[in-house]
Amino acid sequence: MAMLEVNNLKTHFRTQDGVVKAVDGVSFSLEAGETMGIVGESGSGKSVTALSIMQLNPKPPAQYPEGEIIFEDQNLLETSDKRMQEIRGNDIAMIFQDPMTSLNPVFTVGNQIREAIRIHQNLSKSEAQEKTVEVLRDVGIANPERRAKEYPHQFSGGMRQRAMIAMGLSCNPKVLIADEPTTALDVTIQAQILELMVELQEKYGTAIVMITHDLGVVSQLADKVMVMYAGRAVEQATTDEVFYDPLMPYSWSLLRSLPRLDTAGEVRLLPIEGTPPSLIFLPEGCNFSPRCPFVKDECHEIDPSLEEKKPAHKAACILSVEEIEENKSRVDEELGVQT
Amino acid sequence: MTEKTEVSPETNGHSGEYLLETRNLKMHFPIKAGVLQRTVGHVKAVDGVDLSVRRGETLGLVGESGCGKSTFARLVLRLLEPTEGEVIFDGEDILGYDRKRMLDVRRNMQIVFQDPYASLNPRMTVGNIVSEPLKTHDVGGSSSGERKRRVQELLEVVGLNPEHYNRYPHEFSGGQRQRIGVARAIALNPRLIICDEPVSALDVSIQAQVINLLQDLQKEFDLTYVFIAHDLSVVKHISDRVAVMYLGKIVEIADRAALYGEPRHPYTASLLSAIPVPDPQKERERQRVVLSGDVPSPANPPSGCHFHTRCPRAQDYCTEHEPGLDPQEKEGHRAACFFPVLEGQHIEEPATSTPYRAG
Ligand SMILES: Nc1ncnc2c1ncn2[C@@H]1O[C@H](COP(=O)(O)OP(=O)(O)OP(=O)(O)O)[C@@H](O)[C@H]1O
Ligand SMILES: Nc1ncnc2c1ncn2[C@@H]1O[C@H](COP(=O)(O)OP(=O)(O)O)[C@@H](O)[C@H]1O
Ligand code: SF4
Ligand code: SF4
Ligand SMILES: [Mg+2]
Ligand SMILES: [Mg+2]
Repeated sequence: MAMLEVNNLKTHFRTQDGVVKAVDGVSFSLEAGETMGIVGESGSGKSVTALSIMQLNPKPPAQYPEGEIIFEDQNLLETSDKRMQEIRGNDIAMIFQDPMTSLNPVFTVGNQIREAIRIHQNLSKSEAQEKTVEVLRDVGIANPERRAKEYPHQFSGGMRQRAMIAMGLSCNPKVLIADEPTTALDVTIQAQILELMVELQEKYGTAIVMITHDLGVVSQLADKVMVMYAGRAVEQATTDEVFYDPLMPYSWSLLRSLPRLDTAGEVRLLPIEGTPPSLIFLPEGCNFSPRCPFVKDECHEIDPSLEEKKPAHKAACILSVEEIEENKSRVDEELGVQT
Repeated sequence: MTEKTEVSPETNGHSGEYLLETRNLKMHFPIKAGVLQRTVGHVKAVDGVDLSVRRGETLGLVGESGCGKSTFARLVLRLLEPTEGEVIFDGEDILGYDRKRMLDVRRNMQIVFQDPYASLNPRMTVGNIVSEPLKTHDVGGSSSGERKRRVQELLEVVGLNPEHYNRYPHEFSGGQRQRIGVARAIALNPRLIICDEPVSALDVSIQAQVINLLQDLQKEFDLTYVFIAHDLSVVKHISDRVAVMYLGKIVEIADRAALYGEPRHPYTASLLSAIPVPDPQKERERQRVVLSGDVPSPANPPSGCHFHTRCPRAQDYCTEHEPGLDPQEKEGHRAACFFPVLEGQHIEEPATSTPYRAG
């Protein structure tokens, strides 16, 4: 049985300008020890998806008109606040992009981790203190006894992020949701954090949802990928499938818009023209049609749903697999890409 | 060490090859403390940088956050006065220039900033933002009509709708705002543009739009770029030569192929090894060198080689001696390391027990 199952999740925000359909019918499931990457442009609904699982979207304006999030036979959308609080500390943890916003500046780092441990686990103060030092050491912080007594501003960005991970992992959660956990960090520190996450996953069998706009990070960590565009999942498959044979023009375009470190050739980048649509006034037909390099007339009328194009490979596009492949080769030839 | 130290008296240091050179450029910010605000130390943000930028080339400058890239840019533009050193533009040291002569230099040297949100005045229309440099330098026609036409032309060049002349920055997306910044930078037909992280704040799909635009403009207007970024993939894509900075110093410089293909400095090699590439198969096969520890503070850099606290190859010798930016086998390739990573070597193994000297 899946560790976490999200079925047709819809998260809408009622705003002055209209209803923002930030997440509009997203489904996925995650096994223990598995990592799923969520990629997409900013505003595509990645963080709202994560916050929906945590039940941390502000309500109002957030509403969940449809869908369910199943964790251990409970639908998190219908779970009481009190029970949800227990789940957040014990079973599902989240790491945010900016550790400064989630660490309280007026308490020491150790104090905050210890309290998190004490709320969720039945430990005495001294036991919790010991555990605090242990988890800080676990995430590679030198001198954990001394460091625990310091305030967040005395930590570097990388250390704060490690402290956040320590806090998130202090109770060995079954599911870890990491929302751009390394975006604000330098690459050498990013490498440390990612290595740490993998180590902890191997040790505890944690299921990880890795949200990032960095396709390199996804290929390094993820077993499977969900590509989001304008609040919807537009492609879902194994990481290899999405990278080597993307079947949704948006995913393919993302890969072609990237400058590459790993190729020698001077290939002109293929930008995705225009900007992501407003989530209040979505375009007619396919949401990607105003920017799609493969667009045809029907795309402006038909709103494609996510369907299985190949076994275990879903994409939302009205084109057939053959048509997509033809289009890809044609544009690659124009760009001079060797495949 | 400068790449070109000979100064001929006839040309007064004017070199045909380089548009911009810095010599031993330093910026040490004082650290003040206590009620008396006494100087208790210095942040060595830029600590003796010699860089030469050839006419028409793109020189990439990479390094981790806080290593001194933006400070270097501000020094070159004289938005900051250096503690020491020279900034030579088109053969002349501009540091002694008065306001009037500086105005002339500024026409030829422009900057595009990282943050397309913070770098544009929210209360000015796009038209006014782009025409501001024209007014300051009194060019682009004297009547407002002529100037407006010039601005609309510029908007068109950077791919914006000239009709949007009267709109405000908040009405544009991040990528469009960065185009406004680029239009402003090219308004005076400059020769050099310093791009300080021009695409870092943008989504990848939009990044590509701005990168392509910068490349097209370079061709069209014969521009020279200093392209600052922490993203080594972007820098690889756009640069002819690349310099790597660590704690205020250049630790390696080479043409693109050599820097990415045969990095000599262990820091460059580790940076390249740390970056995940968008190819799952390659990622599975990859052996990564993960550097331990954080970047030390530039207020209190380590002794000897600044990188020795994190360097997988460090020897005792490195903690006591500071390496110079020495030439490597390939022409124009320099690295500041006593035990550079040689062809076929692993970053972790030091190959020679005595400090290496090329040639
Ligand atoms: N006005 C100032 N006073 C004191 N220290 C400063 C000042 N400006 C910059 N610094 C320090 O100088 C160092 C270099 O800063 P700089 O902004 O040049 O880094 P950077 O390489 O551009 O980093 P990033 O990639 O984060 O933009 C940092 O330690 C910074 O904190
Ligand atoms: N509390 C809120 N009220 C209204 N709109 C919101 C709220 N939180 C997020 N949104 C909107 O939902 C959309 C998706 O946001 P988000 O999930 O944060 O994107 P990302 O994919 O960058 O993580 C955006 O249009 C955002 O402005
Ligand atoms: S449905 Fe049409 S517009 Fe949408 S992704 Fe497919 S080809 Fe492009
Ligand atoms: S000089 Fe020594 S410490 Fe510095 S980079 Fe080279 S091997 Fe490493
Ligand atoms: Mg987000
Ligand atoms: Mg900077």
